[in-house]
Amino acid sequence: MSQNEAGSEPLCSQSTVERVVLLLLLALAALLAYDNWRTGMSWDTDGPQAGYFPFYLSLILGAASLFGLIRQWVAHRAPEPTFVSRAAFRRVLQVFIPTLLFCFAMQWLGLYVASFLLVAGFMRWVGHIATWKSVLTAFVFSALMFVTFQIAFDVIMPKGPLEALFGL
Amino acid sequence: MEALGLLLYGFSVLLTWKTLALMLVGLVLGIFVGVLPGLGGPNGVAILLPLTFTMDPTSAIVMLSCIYWGALFGGAITSILFNIPGEAWSVATTFDGYPMAQQGRAAEALTAAFTSSFIGSLVAVLLITFLAPGIASFALQFGPPEFFAVYLLTFCSFVGLGREAKHKTLISMALGLLLSGVGMDTVSGQLRMTFGSADLLRGVNFLVAVIGLFGISEILLTMEERLALRGHSARISLRVVWKVWRELPRYWATLLRSSIIGCWLGITPGGAIAASFMGYNLAKRFSKDKESFGKGRIEGVFAPETAAHASGTSALLPMLALGIPGSGTAAILLGGLMVWGLNPGPLLFVEHKEFVWGLIASMYLGNVVGLVLVLSTVPLFAAVLRVPFAAIAPMIVVSCAIGAYAIQNAVFDIWLMVGFGVVGYVFKKIDIPLAPLTLALVLGNRAEDAFRLSMIGSAGDLRVFWSNGLVGSVTTLALVLLFWPLLSRVFERMRATPA
Repeated sequence: MSQNEAGSEPLCSQSTVERVVLLLLLALAALLAYDNWRTGMSWDTDGPQAGYFPFYLSLILGAASLFGLIRQWVAHRAPEPTFVSRAAFRRVLQVFIPTLLFCFAMQWLGLYVASFLLVAGFMRWVGHIATWKSVLTAFVFSALMFVTFQIAFDVIMPKGPLEALFGL
Repeated sequence: MEALGLLLYGFSVLLTWKTLALMLVGLVLGIFVGVLPGLGGPNGVAILLPLTFTMDPTSAIVMLSCIYWGALFGGAITSILFNIPGEAWSVATTFDGYPMAQQGRAAEALTAAFTSSFIGSLVAVLLITFLAPGIASFALQFGPPEFFAVYLLTFCSFVGLGREAKHKTLISMALGLLLSGVGMDTVSGQLRMTFGSADLLRGVNFLVAVIGLFGISEILLTMEERLALRGHSARISLRVVWKVWRELPRYWATLLRSSIIGCWLGITPGGAIAASFMGYNLAKRFSKDKESFGKGRIEGVFAPETAAHASGTSALLPMLALGIPGSGTAAILLGGLMVWGLNPGPLLFVEHKEFVWGLIASMYLGNVVGLVLVLSTVPLFAAVLRVPFAAIAPMIVVSCAIGAYAIQNAVFDIWLMVGFGVVGYVFKKIDIPLAPLTLALVLGNRAEDAFRLSMIGSAGDLRVFWSNGLVGSVTTLALVLLFWPLLSRVFERMRATPA
């Protein structure tokens, strides 16, 4: 695993991340509680108003997050387990950033072209696989997806200039 | 018997070339997803769901349930050959399965795993065949208060019986219920929690969330852990199969015990993991030779696999009969039902006979065909694991994006999926369970509707939830389960201090 490699020093600890997540959830709970209070969280003549259910749920969410925060606060400062090490986090970004780029590219280039670029690029630069293998795999995969969804199963995906060129 | 006749009818629905072909495709795809590291039952079903959107519901559910069977079988391959449990419930299988592979008995271990999954599922399917119609027709008498009580029971049993920290289960569940409420309120038509966004008007789609929470987050986790795959190879010969099968009768007690545990825990939500461990531990406790467990004992493969699969399959019973999923995968199948325009719940047995019995018949057929298929193709699928992850990861990302987009033809959903992927990744790392969120997201609206309809019916009197014996006992049981951790502590203290 990631124990004996360079960059295995922790990026942040488990409890730090947990604290941040709980704080975010608490903020979300407050926001949703306010929004539902505005919608109406009391009883009407015909039963509870639209905001009634979610209002109390946001209270539960808030209370549970607060409980978690307090428990973290009073917990013993034992040696803290690592949330993620630097090297591991770099690997997570290696897949996360291409995913984001793919989502952007898809809106302009269409799904199939973007998928070709993602698969080929990822195999070539992250996986260090030979260029011709990467391009070939990506082409076969994207073509297969096109045939499966567009032709066989009639599921329509976003398309871009390339498909327009072929009049699709 | 009426059930037998209906089952035969189900087989007649199934026996067309098209359906059989879809079954085979589903099984192969399922084994493929099951073998891939990090993906498994619920993830595979979620990612492949869009393939079925334009099919008729019966073909669609047959294909999906076969994907699920395939994924279950595939999971055993990775646990035994590579010591990587595809699912939490395969963990117990690695205890004895991997040592067996190390001793060069991989084929034996795999045959044992496949056979016992087959037996476990078969027992559960028999249970579904004979119990589900009865439960459904009983549930037809349910009104809104009864349904709300059953939903409450499902939610409470998650909080009370789950193994995670209670406040984390509660967070996950409340979040799921809140997300299900985003968009237009079904009773009053008012907008809730949309913050003026046109995209949020449609609400947060359950399947989009699931694809992100399970599919994308698994890719992130697998990348982070950088699994080094070094596995044993295996080829299953008829001789080995025959050898294992001949030994089967000796383990009838283990198989029966695990099947019963599995069926029981499967009907209550989140049971498969507990079932596999319990099956393993009980087999160990009842064995005369406890020391040999964990060192490659075939019984140590039989016990957890039978229990896990009995439980995974019987989780479909409450889904079919009551519209309440007993597991993550059942929840996704339920989401599928809604996409195909079917209303899950007891009425399904009356209004869509061909669908329900086609599904049940496909469970029998898929199980048998799956067993044969997986026994004959193990070397092929084990080779899948040698394909570099750098090629598989981007393909899974693309499949997830296709799945998320296809549900409502909305680009916004792809971003939502990515967001849920990050949430799933972080939640998994800080031990906030995802199953309650999934369950809450799919049941949230219906639970709220049931509550509000009950309140309208009773003019706002909460005593409606204790208005008759049935609803009263279910509600009380729900509250007992919710406070079970506290209650059991009180009991222990009472027992500790002698009267």
